Amino acid sequence: MVARRAQAGLASGLGLAVLILALGIVLAFSVGRFPVGTGDLLTALWSRLSGHPSGLPAATEAIIFNIRGPRVLAAILCGAALAVAGAAFQGLFRNPLVSPDILGASSGAALGAVIGIFFSLGIFGIQALAFAGGLLAVALVYMIGSAIRGSDTVLVLVLTGVVIGALLGAGVGLMKYLADPYNQLPAMTFWLLGSLSGTDKHDLLPLFGPVLAGTLVLFALRWRMNVMSLPEEEARALGLSTGLIRLAIVAAATLVTAASVAAAGVIGWVGLIVPHLARFLVGPDFGRLIPTAAIMGGGYLLLIDTLARSAASVEIPLGILTAVIGTPFFILLLVRARRSWS
Amino acid sequence: MMGIGPILAGENLSFGYPGRRVGQGVSLGVKAGEVLALLGPNGGGKTTLLKTLIGLLAPQAGRVVLEGKPLADFPVTERARRIGYVPQAHAGAFAFSVRDVVLMGRTAHQGLFASPSEADRALALAKLGELGIAHLAEQPYTMISGGERQLVLIARALAQEPRVIVLDEPTASLDFGNQGKVLRQIAELKSRGLAVLFTTHDPNHALRHADRVALLGRGALLAEGPPAEMLTVESLAALYGAAIHALHGSNASDMAFLPA
Repeated sequence: MVARRAQAGLASGLGLAVLILALGIVLAFSVGRFPVGTGDLLTALWSRLSGHPSGLPAATEAIIFNIRGPRVLAAILCGAALAVAGAAFQGLFRNPLVSPDILGASSGAALGAVIGIFFSLGIFGIQALAFAGGLLAVALVYMIGSAIRGSDTVLVLVLTGVVIGALLGAGVGLMKYLADPYNQLPAMTFWLLGSLSGTDKHDLLPLFGPVLAGTLVLFALRWRMNVMSLPEEEARALGLSTGLIRLAIVAAATLVTAASVAAAGVIGWVGLIVPHLARFLVGPDFGRLIPTAAIMGGGYLLLIDTLARSAASVEIPLGILTAVIGTPFFILLLVRARRSWS
Repeated sequence: MMGIGPILAGENLSFGYPGRRVGQGVSLGVKAGEVLALLGPNGGGKTTLLKTLIGLLAPQAGRVVLEGKPLADFPVTERARRIGYVPQAHAGAFAFSVRDVVLMGRTAHQGLFASPSEADRALALAKLGELGIAHLAEQPYTMISGGERQLVLIARALAQEPRVIVLDEPTASLDFGNQGKVLRQIAELKSRGLAVLFTTHDPNHALRHADRVALLGRGALLAEGPPAEMLTVESLAALYGAAIHALHGSNASDMAFLPA
């Protein structure tokens, strides 16, 4: 009876996540300067799959496959990546207030990107530097944190992340200070606030590969991640090699975060809020939490991105929208759903 | 092969944290079907010794022996299949169901990427049943009482299917009724042939429920043997550095200690 209710809760939680994602996709195509109806979207997709001509105007197909489609996919992938990484880090650090940039992935990526902009590299160079910066920053934090012995490993890691993050933030500040204020500075500011406006289909593969790889690793480790959310000594007494598993989780979560930041810039809040919502719907077991958080995160960021490009005559940076929507939402969560993680 | 030797034993152990020695020269073992209670004042090194015996801390000198072989030679999964650890109950950060918490005890029996099997689930429910808390299975672990949590952690340790169970102050912060429940479970574990080692602040728990008692003060073993002989007003006064009263019942074996 109770078990059946839990099953029903799981199904409806996952169902709600899928519903949000489906709604996000329908809205994303039907809103904008060139609205594409759901019927046209399905027709175009079917024609691609079956090889029959769709009979749609060429402009509609171009919007679906070259303009809006890549942006929709990028938003889904980035949102999924941030939500999955946030869930993983929250479990690993046994703290529901942790977000994917806790170990400096976003600050490292930000520094890489502003350096790329400063030296006027192309978009590919900027993204590559951002990706490398995120990975390097977390590797540095991990090495320093592991070298400091004799106390709480997890706490040392978090504190190292905060300190290195502050240093990288100073680096970003320096680059902005040195940058050309008419071209480079606005580009840096825009990038640091997060945007998908420049996304095209060539951005999808470098985003999809790391996000898929990292998410698969985390999903494969889902049961170990449950045990890792216990105090370290208990996890070891239950037979986990905690050092190795922690490294695997950090590496996988950092990979997906860095790929997302490289593609879309710094987008806060998604990795903090969506795991809460997902946990509220399906509970803390990572076997259910990871897929639910991924689907919800994708749908959430897609809705935000649709709002960002349609609410005003200029594109609103994603990071601003996620903060404006995230803050009251988070306060509501604190008030109403504290049970789900306290 | 093991005969009647101890399953888990420390041999001339020095233990502590890097840069700080907590205790030295401790030799102590626990056999199958035996309950060993470890008594000592706050800061006397009970928990540190416990962590060293189950391999969470490396000994600074001496060695720990599990089933006649050095504990250091066992990989962590092999240790976890032999030693079940029951920490002091804490609330936990996330609202896992009681069943999932007990299932975590099966971790050492699974592959790296595996999730619990149907057999694991059945075993976890069986362990909850043995402890009389099967009705809690779908409750969030964060929402049950402290006494229930302690029982859940014992069920989790049982799910490891260990030969030794080590409990760190299992009755601390429990009300009187729950202390009784936990102590009855300790007797039950013994009757199933497990070796049981627990620490406690209450000499009466050791007196009533242990086969042997070890007194640990300032990092050294002061006495070790049958509770009725080892636990006296004098030995406890020396251990805790405080005056102790003994109350005697009509029966010579009925007695209890009180802090004076």
